Amino acid sequence: MQEAMMRRAKELLADGTVNRVLGWQKGEFAYDHTPAVFDSADQLEQFVYDDFTAANLSKYLVKETKQEGKILAFLKPCDTYSLNQLTKEHRVNRDKVYVVGIGCEGKADVEKIKALGIDGILGIKAEGDNFVVETLYGNQTVAKTDVLAERCVVCKSRKLMTYDEILGEDGEVINSNRFDMVEKLENMTADERFAFWQNELSRCIRCNACRNVCPACTCEKCVFDNVNSGIANTAAADSFEEKMFHVIRAFHVAGRCTDCGECSRVCPQGIPLHLLNRKFIKDINELYGEYQAGEDTDSKGPLTNFTYDDCEPSIVHERGVE
Amino acid sequence: MQRIGVFVCWCGSNIAGTVDVHKVAEALKSEPGVVIATQYQYMCSEAGQTLIKDAIRDHKLTGIVVCSCSPRMHEATFRKTAAAAGLNPYMVEIANIREQCSWIHKDMEVGTEKAIILGRAAIAKVHLNAPLVAGESPVVKRALVIGGGIAGIQTALDIADAGFPVDIVETKPTIGGKMAQIDKTFPTLDCAACILTPKMVDAAQHDKINIYAYSEVAEVKGFVGNFSVKIKQKARMVDPVKCTGCGLCVEKCPMKKVPNEFNLGMDKRSAIYIPFAQAVPKVATIDPTACLKMKTGKCGLCATVCEAGAIDYTQQDSFIEEKYGAIVVATGYNPINLDQFDEFAYNQSPDVVTSLEFERLTNAAGPTAGTLLRPSDGKHPHTLVFVQCVGSRCDGAEKGKSYCSKICCMYTAKHAMLCREKYPDTEVYVFYIDVRTPGKNFDEFYRRAVEEYGVKYIKGMVGKVAPQADGSLLVQASDLIEGEQLKIKADMVVLAAAIEPDQSARPLATMLTASMDTNDFFTEAHPKLRPVESPTAGVFLSGCCQGPKDIPETVSQASGAAAKVIGLLVKDSLTCNPCVAHSDELMCNGCSACEKVCPYGAITYQDKEFRMPDRTTAIRRVASVNPAVCQGCGACTVACPSGAMDLNGFSNSQIMAEVDAICK
Amino acid sequence: MQVEKKEFKPTIVAFCCNWCSYAGADLSGTNRLNYPANVKIIRVPCSCRVNPMFVLRAFQRGADGVIICGCHPGDCHYTTGNYYARRRMTLLFSMLDFLGIERDRTRLEWVSAAEGAKFAKTMNEFVEAVTKLGENKRLEDLRCKKQ
Repeated sequence: MQEAMMRRAKELLADGTVNRVLGWQKGEFAYDHTPAVFDSADQLEQFVYDDFTAANLSKYLVKETKQEGKILAFLKPCDTYSLNQLTKEHRVNRDKVYVVGIGCEGKADVEKIKALGIDGILGIKAEGDNFVVETLYGNQTVAKTDVLAERCVVCKSRKLMTYDEILGEDGEVINSNRFDMVEKLENMTADERFAFWQNELSRCIRCNACRNVCPACTCEKCVFDNVNSGIANTAAADSFEEKMFHVIRAFHVAGRCTDCGECSRVCPQGIPLHLLNRKFIKDINELYGEYQAGEDTDSKGPLTNFTYDDCEPSIVHERGVE
Repeated sequence: MQRIGVFVCWCGSNIAGTVDVHKVAEALKSEPGVVIATQYQYMCSEAGQTLIKDAIRDHKLTGIVVCSCSPRMHEATFRKTAAAAGLNPYMVEIANIREQCSWIHKDMEVGTEKAIILGRAAIAKVHLNAPLVAGESPVVKRALVIGGGIAGIQTALDIADAGFPVDIVETKPTIGGKMAQIDKTFPTLDCAACILTPKMVDAAQHDKINIYAYSEVAEVKGFVGNFSVKIKQKARMVDPVKCTGCGLCVEKCPMKKVPNEFNLGMDKRSAIYIPFAQAVPKVATIDPTACLKMKTGKCGLCATVCEAGAIDYTQQDSFIEEKYGAIVVATGYNPINLDQFDEFAYNQSPDVVTSLEFERLTNAAGPTAGTLLRPSDGKHPHTLVFVQCVGSRCDGAEKGKSYCSKICCMYTAKHAMLCREKYPDTEVYVFYIDVRTPGKNFDEFYRRAVEEYGVKYIKGMVGKVAPQADGSLLVQASDLIEGEQLKIKADMVVLAAAIEPDQSARPLATMLTASMDTNDFFTEAHPKLRPVESPTAGVFLSGCCQGPKDIPETVSQASGAAAKVIGLLVKDSLTCNPCVAHSDELMCNGCSACEKVCPYGAITYQDKEFRMPDRTTAIRRVASVNPAVCQGCGACTVACPSGAMDLNGFSNSQIMAEVDAICK
Repeated sequence: MQVEKKEFKPTIVAFCCNWCSYAGADLSGTNRLNYPANVKIIRVPCSCRVNPMFVLRAFQRGADGVIICGCHPGDCHYTTGNYYARRRMTLLFSMLDFLGIERDRTRLEWVSAAEGAKFAKTMNEFVEAVTKLGENKRLEDLRCKKQ
């Protein structure tokens, strides 16, 4: 796949369709590929793509489409949802992106691999239902189901929402069980839920990684960085701060979040932040009708819309466990 | 740092009775930025205002807090006071320590403590106030009157006489409304047509009045001074310009079995019809549900006989868009549906009629040419029973209305009196709960019915009307004064049905963003002091759409509404509310979230060039708010994730400062 | 030694829209209908002006309950504001519930300008419910508390 992508990128650079390529390059370790922009065939030698290439590239297009010329972006199904949403919000100029959609079978979560006691990771290869992990100490075979990222285990869609061409195979929208964990929490008592979140959120170090990676968080200036907003704060001085930050962040992306799962992927503390977003998505689906952000570029989002007979907030009392 | 003055009002004993005003002033004196805190018996009085003005000048105040009654009461007063002393009027904040404090708390300590906190919140807010300057928006010098009954006609005539063009939109093929169906009017007994039809003609002939009959309001956009209204002209299948109203088509039309709505279905009309002889505009209308040509394609007789060539079976609904400075609602009323009142046998016997039907039965232009005849057999009735309050003043909401329909007592007295006058051989009973006759010459009128005409008024309710085999109606009722059960064999029963707002009022209110009460009557801006205005600026109320009323009252309200409209239209421009949204371009993402929630279309986007921190320039899409269109709801401020959109006078930081002050 | 227990009086912030609920609150005053003094009203132009940030801020600063009052659906002075508020607050309240915050600390109620009695009743009920819950400990910011 990597070869095919590099070949195609070079062709598109050569024929002038694009003047830059947005992809990934190797990081310090074999599993921390980072997004990168390449502007020549030579540079493309650094291009990398494998089952560790997890980062959603769409957010980078906010900045990149303000530059001269068209950029080639390799986008996974998840990323195409984000691109559509960004296009809808006028954050990305779709005309300045050449999207090569790439099929996706799910990405490996290196933390899960490490947890199996595998060290010295050098690379990864998918083989049927397994991953073959290349290590300093030889190859190890692990079942995909054991090491796939959570968001891939409950993948909502392998279908590309927008593209100019496809490499590999387009998939289908999946009837996933991604809300199971949210439901499990909903069925806990309020005290249990509070204990759960207190435990999770108290680990937050306010590094802002979740915000910085989030393709829905593309504000010119974040309210939490704006001293005039009245809620600016940076350090986690008190347990309230995390709650304020994460609730407001989740609220700001409610109805816009495509559930790409990047927030949880990058959280250094392993906080399941996606559950907050998924809670909103689940509520929106249940209360206002099925809505998947990023499916299109022109629908009205659920929070910029209403119906005359929407439910009242008191519905919170009628649902779930107190 | 602001220099803030705090003025605590006693409101006589209204505030000072449960709030220690001295203590409040003393406590607020030590708040940051406060340079003077004082109290006075009546801040809104001349002397109180002078006290404020002097303090503004003497202490060089940059902001003031008045702890007094609700800002809904005197905010405007104190803003004017500030302006008179050279302080920007938007540097005034009111702490509501009367309605929301002294009047609801009995304990002096509790009231005082709360008043201090409310004062603190207002001080915290005023620290963040900024001087605001109101913009201006032009006024379109044209009015729209919705509804062409006596209310709409009177309003339109008054506005037009003042020199402003007026359009009347009437959903029926003719103007005239309910009054055109009425026979005689109380308490003078002059004929309704004789006083109404000349006004209809005046309206039609007035060079400033344009009548859109058989039309409806389809869409309303804009705001006071600048409404844009889409009017739907329903297809009449007759060209109103060509039609001379000769009536030949009506005469020749072979389809003559259509229930005549003008006579409440008590006789028949043809498929092409003119509602009544004095209709304005006097233009024929084809009823597409009855017309053979429209239904089967066969016939076309009216087109053949029409010498003017006015018939056009292909006519479609058309739309007109017009701009108006003011809109008057005059949508009127209807008697309620009596299906739920089985006990009166309204649906079982044609001889049980509503008062409006009775009106037609006694009208010279009605189905019986004015001779009172029993609908079932066309015979002269001898015993008539009138029942008042049918559906009015009902307890509970299961059926009927809780309010008094106001006009029934008087028209029932009129019917009963006329009945006895014209047919002295009749026996007339009126069953009532109360007889309400507060109006000029009203009680005298009622007493004449009883004393001179011998109408038998019985206090009590009718329990049941049972149609008998011999065609008579057995009325079972109780006489509450004599305390006995009555059984009356009647030839006719007349029900004074409650009246309710026209069905078109509710959707219209939504279009106008005008508020309504639970009965779908339009609410007035103030029940006592602003009875002809809706709370929505630029929307005025005329007639029964606001509440039940008789003709003299309707006409007074119609003229009142007209006066308010004229007062608006003589202005060349209006001062805008400066408490509108504004966008910080540097923070705006251009995401359109604000635009999507704006109910007024006040937000537009433009691509602007910005210098970036790295000294490059970038084109960015940013929002801008039209302050003349924005009404200041603030929906956009919450939709905006970056906080670029904020609201003057109710900014994020101001509200949070209030929150902080309250929670401290 | 007996510790003197002070009766818990919750701090309640009520956001009221200017056109209906604030007028309703005024009417409740005009009719001398009592409700506890711990309810403090903040006037906003419309319920749609209430940012979830304000609600959280109130809790942070020590409020024990936050109630938002607006015009009845269909009666919004600005036509649609309360419909947006309804969605926003439904989702916010649901999220707070999800985090294990007591449901009775938040409420949204439609109060018209004519419903002075409803305003007083609503506030009495709300204060009672919040009093039962006791102090807001789950969303407070300890630094903002009086020592």
